[in-house]
Amino acid sequence: MFPAHFDYVRPATVEEAVKLLAKHGDDAKLLTGGHSLIPAMKLRLARPQVVVDIGRIANLSYIRETGGAIAIGAMTTHADIEASKTLRDKSPLLAETASHIGDAQVRNKGTIGGSLVHADPAADYPASILALDAEIDVVGPRGKRTIKAVDFFVDLLQSAVAADEIVTEIRVPATAKTVAYVKTEQKASGFALAGAAVVIGPGGVRVGITGVAATAYRAAGVEKALAGQTSLTPDLIARASAQAAAGVDALGDIHASPEFRAHLAQVNTRRAIEKALTRA
Amino acid sequence: MRRRRWPVADPNTTPYVGRAMKRIEDPRLIRGEGTYTDDLRLPGMVHAAILRSPHAHARIRKIDTTAAKAIPGVVAVLTGADVNASCGLVPCAAAIPDLKAPKHTVLAGDRVYFVGHAVAVAVASDPYIARDAIEAIDVDYDPLPVVTNAEDAVKIGSPLTHPDLGSNVAYTHNVSGGGNIDEAFRKADRIVKHRLYHQRLTPMPIEPRGVVASYHTGEGTLTLWTATQIPHLIRTLLPGMIGVPENKMRIVAPEVGGGFGAKLNVYPEEALIAHLAMRLHTPVKWIESRRDNAAATIHGRDQVGEYEVAVKNDGTILGLKSKTIADLGSYLQLLTPAVPTLTGLVLTGCYTIPAVKMEIVGVYTNKMATDAYRGAGRPEATYLIERLMDVVAQELKIDRLDLRLKHFPAPGDFPFPTSCGLVYDSGNYAAALTKAKQLANWDQLLKDRAAARAAGKLSGIGVSTYVEICAMGPSKAMPAGGWEWGCVRMEISAKVTVITGVSPHGQGQETTFAQIVADRVGVPIEDVVILHGDTSVAHYGRDTYGSRGTAVGGTAIVMCIDKMIAKAKTLAAHLFETTSDHVVFENGRFTSPGVTNRVITWPELAGEFYVAKNLPPGLEPGLEASSFFEPQNFTFPFGTHICAVDLDRDTGHVKITKYVAVDDCGPQINPLIVEGQVQGGIAHSIGQVLFEQTIYNEDGQLVTGEFMDYAIPRAHDIPDYILGSTVTPSPINPLGVKGVGEAGTIGATPAIANAVMDALEPLGITHMNLPMTPEKVWQAIKTKT
Amino acid sequence: MPMPFHIHVTVNKADQHHDVEPRLLLVHYLRDVCGLTGTHVGCETSLCGACTVLVDGKAVKSCTMFAVQADGSSVTTIEGLATNGQLHAVQQGFWECHGLQCGFCTPGMIMTSVALLARNAAPSREQIAEGLRGNLCRCTGYSHIIDAVNHAAKAVARG
Repeated sequence: MFPAHFDYVRPATVEEAVKLLAKHGDDAKLLTGGHSLIPAMKLRLARPQVVVDIGRIANLSYIRETGGAIAIGAMTTHADIEASKTLRDKSPLLAETASHIGDAQVRNKGTIGGSLVHADPAADYPASILALDAEIDVVGPRGKRTIKAVDFFVDLLQSAVAADEIVTEIRVPATAKTVAYVKTEQKASGFALAGAAVVIGPGGVRVGITGVAATAYRAAGVEKALAGQTSLTPDLIARASAQAAAGVDALGDIHASPEFRAHLAQVNTRRAIEKALTRA
Repeated sequence: MRRRRWPVADPNTTPYVGRAMKRIEDPRLIRGEGTYTDDLRLPGMVHAAILRSPHAHARIRKIDTTAAKAIPGVVAVLTGADVNASCGLVPCAAAIPDLKAPKHTVLAGDRVYFVGHAVAVAVASDPYIARDAIEAIDVDYDPLPVVTNAEDAVKIGSPLTHPDLGSNVAYTHNVSGGGNIDEAFRKADRIVKHRLYHQRLTPMPIEPRGVVASYHTGEGTLTLWTATQIPHLIRTLLPGMIGVPENKMRIVAPEVGGGFGAKLNVYPEEALIAHLAMRLHTPVKWIESRRDNAAATIHGRDQVGEYEVAVKNDGTILGLKSKTIADLGSYLQLLTPAVPTLTGLVLTGCYTIPAVKMEIVGVYTNKMATDAYRGAGRPEATYLIERLMDVVAQELKIDRLDLRLKHFPAPGDFPFPTSCGLVYDSGNYAAALTKAKQLANWDQLLKDRAAARAAGKLSGIGVSTYVEICAMGPSKAMPAGGWEWGCVRMEISAKVTVITGVSPHGQGQETTFAQIVADRVGVPIEDVVILHGDTSVAHYGRDTYGSRGTAVGGTAIVMCIDKMIAKAKTLAAHLFETTSDHVVFENGRFTSPGVTNRVITWPELAGEFYVAKNLPPGLEPGLEASSFFEPQNFTFPFGTHICAVDLDRDTGHVKITKYVAVDDCGPQINPLIVEGQVQGGIAHSIGQVLFEQTIYNEDGQLVTGEFMDYAIPRAHDIPDYILGSTVTPSPINPLGVKGVGEAGTIGATPAIANAVMDALEPLGITHMNLPMTPEKVWQAIKTKT
Repeated sequence: MPMPFHIHVTVNKADQHHDVEPRLLLVHYLRDVCGLTGTHVGCETSLCGACTVLVDGKAVKSCTMFAVQADGSSVTTIEGLATNGQLHAVQQGFWECHGLQCGFCTPGMIMTSVALLARNAAPSREQIAEGLRGNLCRCTGYSHIIDAVNHAAKAVARG
C-alpha cells in the first residue's frame, strides 16, 4: 500500500519529457493514468527512482477527425473515448472497447497511450487497435516515428515503444458500423481471458484477439477464411472462427487453461462477427 | 418487475418491532463519520509493518535487521527472538480429545510454516517508513519440503507440516448417533456414494484487520482497539498472552468493516501490537494490507469427503456415513479444529435419518489456518446433505421434492431429536417448501425448463431445504460460554441507555435492539441508545458470531427490561399507595385501575428513582438492571431456496435466471434488516458456487492473494431475488427469534449447485467440484457431447 | 530523500496547501493530512473502490493517484457531499433502502453512485450494477445498494 520513494517531475511539454527520459534512462517511469504503474509501485513490484508525470502536458488529450482517420491524443482517458460522439459515429469499435475496460473509476483516469505502452496481454484495446489497423505516433530523442498496430505489441508487457519514447497520438480509420468487441472477462480482475475485436468492411474482415497469448494478435486464419466471401453465413462464420487461435501459443493460469482461452477466442470471434453483422 | 417488499416504516408509528425501520447506525456511516480502527489517531502514535514469509515451509537461518534499523524514522525492528517470550501463545479455544497442536508464537521462531507467516515487525514514525523498513530486513531462509493438499498430507511419506508433531493428522473425530449404522447399511436396497469437495475460501471483509494499542505505564492499563467481532473474548484471552490483567485491559471494537468469521479470532497481531505499545511506551498502530489479509487472516471451508447413503428402493433413507478430511492449515486459530465438527452436528439436515456415522480427520498443511467463515461447518453439512438428496433422487428416479418431504419431521414432531444428538426447537419445513414453490411459480418453472431443454438449452432448477444452528449457544456446548449479558438503564431524564455484550459490525442491532426496547419500555425509539463493542462500557459479553446477536443478546436485554419494569412497579405502587400487583404497566404508563386515576409516566418515575426522596423502604435508588441470559438450546432456523440457471454451452457461463428464498428465522424484528442479511448471505454462496476459490500452488505460494486473482461477487453477478418467509417462533427465547446472519449462505450454496447439476443432468454429468467455474462447466459439457 | 512537492488542492470547497512527499497517495493525503477519514482503503490493486472520491467531478480511486497529481484539482469526499447538513439524495437513498451494513465500502459506493447519476439520471438496474463494477461490497449482496441508487435517481427526478 505504500510505494517507495521517488523523485517527481512534471514536464510541460513532450520535448521536455523526452529529455527527462533520456537523462534518467531505466530509472524513470512515465506516469499517465497510473492504473498499471501505481498498484505495482504500492506492491513494490515497480520502484522507479524518477516518476515523470506527463499528465499535464497540454494537447495530448483530444479526439478529432483528420482526413479519413480519427486522431486520439495519447492522454485521452478511456471514459472520453467511450463517450466520444466522433468515435461512436465514425469508428465505433474503439469506443465500444473502452466501455469494457476496468470500471467507471478506472476509465476516468486510465489513458489509451498508457494502456497501449504497458502492453498487458489481457488488456482490451490491443484487440481493437489491431483489428482497426491503427497507427501509433511516438516521439523520442530520435524524433517522431509512426508504428503500425501489427508491429506494436512485441512481447509480454513489451511494446515497440522504446524506454526513451513517448506515445503522442493514436489514429484509427473511419469504419462502417459493422464492428464489435466481445470479451470474456477474468472474473476477479476484469481483464480479458479472451477478447475478440472485429471490423467488417469492404476490404474484408479484420480480427484482433487479446488475452489469449503473450501479445495480442491478428487472427490471420479467420481473416483468410473470410477473405473474398460475399455472404457471411453462420456456417462460414463458425468455420472461420475456429481458426481464431490457430498456431497460437495460448497462456494458461489459474483463471483459464490454454485450451479454454483458445476456445473462448473462437467463441468470441464468432460472436463478435455475428454481432458486427447485426449492426449493418 | 421488482418491487420494494418493505416500505420504510414511519418512525413515529408503534409498535416498532416487526417494521422496516431505517437503521440508527446509518447517518454516521453515510456521512463518512464512522470511526474504524484505521481512523484512530493518538498523540505520538507510531506505525507497525510486518514482514511475512515468502516461503510455505523453511528454516530461518538468520535475520539481519541492521539496514532496517538505520532508516531515519524507524523506531524498532524486532523478530520472534525479541518478542515471543513476552507475547505468549496464540490461543485455540476448541477442546478436541487427543488434539495435537503446534506451539503458535506471534512471530515465527526458527521456522516458517506458511506463506504469510509473520517473521519480523518494524515500527516507524509513519507507515511508509515502516514499509521501507521491512523491505530492508534480510532473512536467510532454508526452504523445506511443503505439503499443501490435505489428502496428500495423510499419506505415508508426506512432508510434515510440523515435523515435531510426527504426523500431519491433528485429530480424528468420530460422530455416530441414532440407530445401528451397520444394520442400516445391511438393510439397504442400495448404497449411494458421492464425493464432495468444499473449496477453500477467503472471507475478504472489505475492511482488512487493524489494531491500535496504547499503554498507560503509570496505571498499568492497556487499551486495544481492534477490528474484531469478539472484544470480550479477546479480553478474556489476551491477559494470558501479554501479562496485563483482565481488569486493566480495555478492548474496543470500533466501527468494524465486516467480519464473516474472519474477525472471530485472537490473532498474533493483537498480542504483538499490545506488546509493542508497552515496550515502546507509545501508541502503536498496525493496519493490514489486502495482500496480508488474504494470506494471514483465516480462510474458510476446505473439506473433502466421501459420503454413503443407505436407501430403500422407495427412497427411504436408512443411514448416512461420511468420512471427511478437513484442511486446518498450519496452525490452530481460535476455533480451527471445531469448525469441521459443527458439520457433524447438522449432517442429517432437516431430515429424519435414523442412523449416522461420521469420521472427521483434521489435517495440517503449509497454508493459512482455516476457521469459522460465514456458516462455519453448517454450509458444508447442508451442501453435502442437499447434494446427496438430489443424487439419491436421481439414482432412484424419484422426485427430489417428494424425497425431501418424505423425510421431513412433521410440525408436531418438534422438539425433534436428531441422530446427530441435537434437538431441533421448532419447525415447519413443508410450509417453507410450499411457500417457496409458490413464489417460484414452480409448475411454470418446470415447464420453462422443459421448453428450454427441448430447444437444446441447458437449463436447470435447484432446490435446497435447509436447517441450521443459530443463537450460539448453550454454555455447555460452547468453548467459552454461550450466554449473553445486557444492561438497561433508565436515566434520570427518562432516556434509555442499553448496553449489550454482543458486538455488531453491520448486523444492525443498534436498530433492532432499540425497536425491542422502545416497544417494551414504552418510549420513543429516538430516546434509546444502544452501546456495544467496548469492554469498559459493556463489561461482559460473548460478542457476535453464530447468528446469536438478537436471539441471545436481545433476550438478555428483554430480561433486563422485565427486571427494570418490576422495580419501577414497586415504586409506582408506593406512589399509588397500593401494592405492585395492582399496578398496570402499558405503553410507558403506570396506572392502578380501581385504586386511583393517577397516571405515572417514565419522566416522573425516573426522577423519583434518582432524586430518591420518596422511595419505599428497601428499594434501592436508580433504575437499571443487568442480566445474563443462558440459552437452554440452540435455535434452528430453516427454509427453502430455489434457483434456476441457464448455462452457456459455448462459454460455460452460468446465469441465474431466478432466485427464490423462503427463510424462517422466527418473528422478524426488522424485516428490512432480515432481508439484507439474507441477500448478503446468498451473495457469498453465489461466489462460492460459481467462482471463489483460494488457491495455493504446490510450492505453497498463495496464488489468490489479491482481488486481482480472488473474485468476490460484484453488483452485476446478483440476480433479482424473490424473498419470502414463514414464521415459526422458537420456544428457546421470549422473542421467539432464531437468527438470520448465516441463513443465506447455508441455504443458497446447495440450491445454486443443484441447479447447475440439474442443467447438466440431461448430458449424464453427475459430479462437479466447487466452484463450478465456466471452464469446468465447459469441460464437462465437452466430454459428454 | 526526494524533495517535498508543494500542492494546492481544493478539498470539499476548502483550500488546502501542503508540502507532500511525491510518494504520498491521494487517499493518505485526504485521510492523514486533511483529516478526512471517511475515504477508506480496502485493497492495493485499485479494485475495491472503497477509496473513491470525485476529482474535478469525476469518480476516481484515490489509492491509485498520488497527491501530487491532484495539485490544482478540486476534490470531493464523502464528508463534502451533504450541503448545510442536508444529506445528498444518494446518501438518503442508502439510508432509506438499507444500502449498507458494515458501512466500510459505503463512502466509495456513494461517491461512485453520485458520479453515475450525474452521467445518467435515470439508470436501469442493470446500468446501476454495471456502473458499480468498480466497488466491492461483502455485506449487502448489492441488491439494496441498487435499490438505493434507484431511490436516489427517482428522488432527484421528483425534485
